[in-house]
Amino acid sequence: MIDMKPEKLIDIISGNMLHLAGDDSLNLDTVIASDLMSDVLTLENEPDILVTGLANTQCIRTAEMADIPFVIIAKGKKVSQEIIDLAREGDIYLISTHLSIYKCCGLLYTHGIKDTF
Amino acid sequence: MSGITFTYKIEGGDFVNAGKASSEIKRTLKQLNVAQKTIRRVVVSLYEAEVNIVAHAHRGNIDVAINSENISIILKDEGPGIKDIDKAMEVGFSTASPSVISMGFGAGMGLPNMKKNSDYLNVESEVGVGTTVTIKVALIE
Repeated sequence: MIDMKPEKLIDIISGNMLHLAGDDSLNLDTVIASDLMSDVLTLENEPDILVTGLANTQCIRTAEMADIPFVIIAKGKKVSQEIIDLAREGDIYLISTHLSIYKCCGLLYTHGIKDTF
Repeated sequence: MSGITFTYKIEGGDFVNAGKASSEIKRTLKQLNVAQKTIRRVVVSLYEAEVNIVAHAHRGNIDVAINSENISIILKDEGPGIKDIDKAMEVGFSTASPSVISMGFGAGMGLPNMKKNSDYLNVESEVGVGTTVTIKVALIE
């Protein structure tokens, strides 16, 4: 397992912090990148991070149901207050980044974060 | 533990509130100290079914009954119904609209995933009337 705390990961992807969840001891080791929430819901194991280009409330709901504590909305998509409120309610980290999904995942990969698909 | 029941009303097309019932049931199961993996199976099944009502039906009701041994969920909607249930159970078969697909769903994976995550799944449907889905999951091993 690698040592990757939320603060370090946010720095790596030049993330914009929209909601910081209560658990700052969280270790982020595995990732799924998808715009298809149905795919995320079929995973056998819960990854630590969801990277998506889907900026709507269902990406947070999906993370909540699939026990994913950390959501990154990529591609500089506008994140509504509704989405931020839902992340707060579910105490899920919500980070936005201007990076493309490709570049965001590339950075996570080079820092040792593993795939879960 | 005596039984607990909940009822939720779901409006078709209301994607903003889709998942609210699943979220509340997740909180309740956590309070009841149900194992995390079991909670995940229940709420993934329920959420998929809840999204199905929002995506396809005009409106629906969700009735949830929890006792010390299992959770039973009945989702009854008024909507177009399902023409061929066996076909709908196949991975990849979908009749979802482009707006549903833009929400990250509609890939024809919902019903098969509900089956995978539940101990009992029954789907009854009448075209032009609606669909009733029953999901049961054992809460203890």
